[in-house]
Amino acid sequence: MAFYILRRLLQAIPVLLGATFLIYFMVFAMPGNPALALFGERTPNPAVLAQVEARYHLDQPFIVQYLYYLGNVFRLDFGTSFSGQPIGETLLRTFPVTARLAALAILFEMIIGLAVGLWSGLRKGGVFDSVTLVISLVLISVPIFVLCFLGQFFLGYKLGWFRSTVSAGAPIQDLILPALILAFSLVAFNIRLTRSSVIETAGNDFVRTAYSKGLRRSRVIPVHILRNSLIPVTTNLGADFGILLVGATVTEGIFNVPGVGNTLYKAIVIGERPTVVSFVTVMVLLYLVVNILIDLLYAVLDPRIRYVK
Amino acid sequence: MKFRKLGLGAVALASASVLLLAACSSGDTGATSSSGASGSASYITANGSEPSGPLLTTNINETGGGKVIDNLYAGLIYYDADGAPVNDMAESITTDDNVTFTIKVAEGNTFTNGEDVTAKSFVDAWQYGALLSNAQLNSYFFEPIAGFSYDEDSPLDITIVDDYTFTVVLNAPTADFPLRLGYSAFYPLPSVAYDDIDAYGEAPIGNGPYMLDGDDAWQHDVQITLKKNPDYTGGRAPQNDGLVLKFYASEDSAYSDLLSDNLDVLDVIPSASLTSFESDLGDRAFNQPAAIFQSFTIPSRLPHFSGPEGELRRAAISHAIDRESITKTIFNDTRTPAHDFTSPVIDGYSEDITGSDVLDYDEDLAKSLWAQADAIAPWDGTFEIAYNADSSHKDWVDATANSIKNVLGIDAVGTAVPTFDQFRTEITDRSIQSAFRTGWQADYPGLFNFLGPIYATNAGSNDGDYSNPAFDALLAQGSAAGSVDEANTYFQQAQEILFKDLPAIPLWYATVQGGHSTLVDNVAIDWHSVPLYYQITKK
Repeated sequence: MAFYILRRLLQAIPVLLGATFLIYFMVFAMPGNPALALFGERTPNPAVLAQVEARYHLDQPFIVQYLYYLGNVFRLDFGTSFSGQPIGETLLRTFPVTARLAALAILFEMIIGLAVGLWSGLRKGGVFDSVTLVISLVLISVPIFVLCFLGQFFLGYKLGWFRSTVSAGAPIQDLILPALILAFSLVAFNIRLTRSSVIETAGNDFVRTAYSKGLRRSRVIPVHILRNSLIPVTTNLGADFGILLVGATVTEGIFNVPGVGNTLYKAIVIGERPTVVSFVTVMVLLYLVVNILIDLLYAVLDPRIRYVK
Repeated sequence: MKFRKLGLGAVALASASVLLLAACSSGDTGATSSSGASGSASYITANGSEPSGPLLTTNINETGGGKVIDNLYAGLIYYDADGAPVNDMAESITTDDNVTFTIKVAEGNTFTNGEDVTAKSFVDAWQYGALLSNAQLNSYFFEPIAGFSYDEDSPLDITIVDDYTFTVVLNAPTADFPLRLGYSAFYPLPSVAYDDIDAYGEAPIGNGPYMLDGDDAWQHDVQITLKKNPDYTGGRAPQNDGLVLKFYASEDSAYSDLLSDNLDVLDVIPSASLTSFESDLGDRAFNQPAAIFQSFTIPSRLPHFSGPEGELRRAAISHAIDRESITKTIFNDTRTPAHDFTSPVIDGYSEDITGSDVLDYDEDLAKSLWAQADAIAPWDGTFEIAYNADSSHKDWVDATANSIKNVLGIDAVGTAVPTFDQFRTEITDRSIQSAFRTGWQADYPGLFNFLGPIYATNAGSNDGDYSNPAFDALLAQGSAAGSVDEANTYFQQAQEILFKDLPAIPLWYATVQGGHSTLVDNVAIDWHSVPLYYQITKK
């Protein structure tokens, strides 16, 4: 087991290096001079421009800039943004906010997805199942920004149940509305997956055996059916968590959440290379870790799965 | 026992996220409690944006940081709602020849750390801002002062006479120099600033109507909280206890906060709500002209656009643009058609300058002027107007190009450049081979600011490389004039030349839209479209 984790972590290193290099290269290849944009519509004097470029190492060739960056990252120094902010601090400030939003959204998604999926799987073809099918089709096809604006307008402004944007410090109560909307945008797939997985498991011989042993439904459904249906659902939830952790840019923008998506979007727009690369690196890292955790979870769900090597 | 293990995966995932929630929320209690304090009854909340860097008076050149700096500091003068200069820290600014200015600083003012505001506070700050190796974005403001150099570090020609008096020598007569002193580049700095200028920029110490509210006043990417500075003696004394500038990622979210009274003052309306904001807000909405001039520049290096042929073609294009209907249909009347090269909010503005009829929409005249130009050298190719696609310019550029195309019967299109920095790069290195959109927002409320930096020979923002000795001479005469009114007559004569040469085609002036919540009163917008926060009162 420990060896397996170690091997997975070692595999992550080349992935990380490759990702930083590619991202750095792509940001570098974006046309235009970020230093020039700092002056707005005004054309700066070349001498002043040269000084500003030198301050941010923008006058160096690509590979020098990259190595300069990489060297600092190994010393856990992510560099500073154009605004003079240490990027390490920005990371520490924004990731907890996004993590909180993601965790809340996943919690909602899991509760709704499992409950609704299990129910419609057990009552296949019933009224509830059909209604759920229609609703999840609608949820899948509506773009998330529409859900966001609808939620913000009706629940936030008209009814006043939630604040229409997230206030400073991003307290949990302000995050409920954006998290619910994120959950709704993801839950439809989760419901379908749980449903089909439950249907498949329920048709197995061991379920029939359990019933013939005289076990009650209240025992067969959770222990025999639900648990054995969870592997694909867990994989999906894990992938969703990874996606949410790396930032829900649209939702964060509309609800003004000071999280990862918002910060990264702004950095891309102004061509702030160190910020973009640092954020993406941490995102890749998080995604890898979440994936390893999900793989380990399989063994818990299904004792037949063992990680030996 | 088996029951406990059931669905362990799901339970593990759930408990993991709950733990994560708990961990994250406990780490942030400090931030939430401080926001609670700033939300107290008589603090005003307004929209802002994260400053582009440390809050240094000579380096902040964008509105996000500008809003904070203008409220933290008091300069020699400030501009009232109409843009008229009023002494703030200055007792007097005098000159005999528009070259040597004697500035007396009023006694008895302090920075919020107790240090006196003296002549030295100003002079050191200006010397710092102007020095080449400090690479300050606002250094160009010190260009007119003798000693300023882009080639080497050289001190400005400023002499401290006594504790509260200093003299400034300029390179050339500049009548409107005192008018410029209200811009943030000319604010004073306390002596502690130079110990570690970047650290100082994170927690600046000012002398203005407001001061930072505690150590964590600036929550990056979230908000800045300012409180009233009780020691400020100037004319901008706050009528509220403090000001919270909240940073929004999108205008839409700021607008929905305004509607639900979570935000007191908003000085921008998202384009989706432009048609409805006046009915949404009623008398809490405002819509007034701004000191922003928009145009497109036709560089003289383009073929067909120089000499007598170019003059005819430029006038034809100007006559071919239906400014009235574009401002109405594309901008919902949030722009007003231009009548000159400046802005209606600036002192000295006139809509009847000789030659300004070249801005009238006149299809027949446009066609005949174009035909006359064709007689000199026949037109070929496409007329292009370049714009940056990362901002909402596409609609009006396309509409303008269509107007030209329909009237003149030539190919005219808008050309998108993906990003603003690429757009500026192509303009600056002169590689752009078409007309391009240009805009100008005034730094200080004077006509010269709309003319000198853009159209004077070799001026910093003369992106079209326009040069006309007669125009330069009139600018110089205006700058040497004895009074602002006299100067303005010269500047208007200078504009007559621009109307003939049309280095840029004037399009329209921007207006500013916004509104306030039901919780505040006395909201007014100043000449450069920023709310006068100090006047606002909480109900």
